[in-house]
Amino acid sequence: MNDLYPLLGGVIGILVVMSLIVGILREWKFSDGSNDIVETLNGYVVVWWGMVVVFWLASLLGKTGVILLFFALSFAALREFLTLTTKNRADHYALLLAFVFMLPFQYYLLWIDWYGLYSIFIPVYAFLILPVVSVMRGATKNFLIRVAETQWALMIAVFCASHVPALLLLDITGFEGRNVLLIVYLVAVVQINDLMHYLFAKLVGRRKVMPQIEASKTWEGVAGGFVCATLIGTSLWWITPFAPWQAFVVSLVLCMCGLGGHMVMTAIKRDRGVKDWGHLVPGHGGFVDRLDSVVFAAPIFFHIVRYFWA
Amino acid sequence: MNGLRRFAGFIVGNAIVLFARFLTAVRGIWLGIEPVPHKRVYYSNQTSNADFVLIWTALPPRMRRQTRPVAAADYWFKSKLRAFIITDVFNAVPIDRRADVHEDDPMAKMTAALDEGSSLIIFPEGRRNEGPDALLPFKTGLFHLAEARPDVDLVPVWLENLNSVMPRGEVIPIPLICTVTFGAPVHLEQAEDKAAFLQRASDALLALKPGQEDDA
Repeated sequence: MNDLYPLLGGVIGILVVMSLIVGILREWKFSDGSNDIVETLNGYVVVWWGMVVVFWLASLLGKTGVILLFFALSFAALREFLTLTTKNRADHYALLLAFVFMLPFQYYLLWIDWYGLYSIFIPVYAFLILPVVSVMRGATKNFLIRVAETQWALMIAVFCASHVPALLLLDITGFEGRNVLLIVYLVAVVQINDLMHYLFAKLVGRRKVMPQIEASKTWEGVAGGFVCATLIGTSLWWITPFAPWQAFVVSLVLCMCGLGGHMVMTAIKRDRGVKDWGHLVPGHGGFVDRLDSVVFAAPIFFHIVRYFWA
Repeated sequence: MNGLRRFAGFIVGNAIVLFARFLTAVRGIWLGIEPVPHKRVYYSNQTSNADFVLIWTALPPRMRRQTRPVAAADYWFKSKLRAFIITDVFNAVPIDRRADVHEDDPMAKMTAALDEGSSLIIFPEGRRNEGPDALLPFKTGLFHLAEARPDVDLVPVWLENLNSVMPRGEVIPIPLICTVTFGAPVHLEQAEDKAAFLQRASDALLALKPGQEDDA
């Protein structure tokens, strides 16, 4: 835990500087809220402050605190996700079971550190049980669509998200008691990739990646995000069990997962005709909007660390 | 004893609001109208027995106390608990829907509540909408209110998604995000007849349904 405090100090320092810059710009230059870049930056700063404070408080309670925090985040994400999925009255008990059993049990398995079950519980048991619950009510209209979308919601909001706190459970020789830094590393690299992608795309972006999905995705943004995030990810090697070159590779993989996750979740929003999943921060979307890239990267990061280091 | 009941009602009311927020993360959207305390009749689409709870939760706290749902007496006075909730928590205006048993005129009760300075929440469809139409034809009560108290704002309020939270016949709700959209007020125009007014009020409500304007 020795290097948590300098790191926390550094993060808070960066956030204070960002808050000051955004605050000054909003107060004197763009007080009418007309500048998209300033407003988006402000959204990031607000959410990052929230993340730092909430995560720090949770980590004071240790493993249990962090697991409870992600349990609550998964609840909020599942509530957002299932709001947009295809469902009807026949799915009421299946959805209820997802909330009152699948979600808490996954986090309980994490808490008792039963890797063999938490890594397959939702992909196998939820996958098989929930359609059976739905079919009991005898409604066949859109059946496959309904059960598939419910399963997707659980995979993203519960299974993938739960792999962030699962990082605390890995036994890494020479890294004991510092696993919380893996979470910090994951979230920091992926979020910096998101922000830098946005800034580069806005400032110098010209060549669009996939305009059907998101007009603001450009190759310049992808390059800018990847370069900045891997640079920062590599330079943070000292908070991880990785050597610098390994940190470079891992952060590049995180960037790719994050970008992929963001594109996939954006495609779902477009299909459903909504701008945001929810309204955590007014004008800046909900939990799923803010964490889509982290959630996609989490299981991959978990397995890389587990396979090579634990 | 009365004070105690009122205190219990206040506590239970806040607990219900908290629970509604936990389940639905409900958000009020004000389009063409501001959340200011003004004498109003909020009229809404009916999806469940918990509809007025969501509208109540979406209102700013100081406006909640002045906003009284119009509730079916035949349903809400069936048990002591329901009666406590509807009178002491929500301070509802009870209306008996069974024409043969009411002792006094429902319209008189509603106008009396408005004259005391309260706002009302009513559900002009008259019963739970089971689909497939987005709205059932309105009952005439809204028109009579508009005629009797022309100065009162009739505010359309669209409830989105609450029927998925608790479909008919289910007792346990599931958590899903709901929105409550308040629209620009409707008034009875000069020489407007009943059918035309009810159609206009119904259209104003339907226009607030999400996904109506941006289908592109």
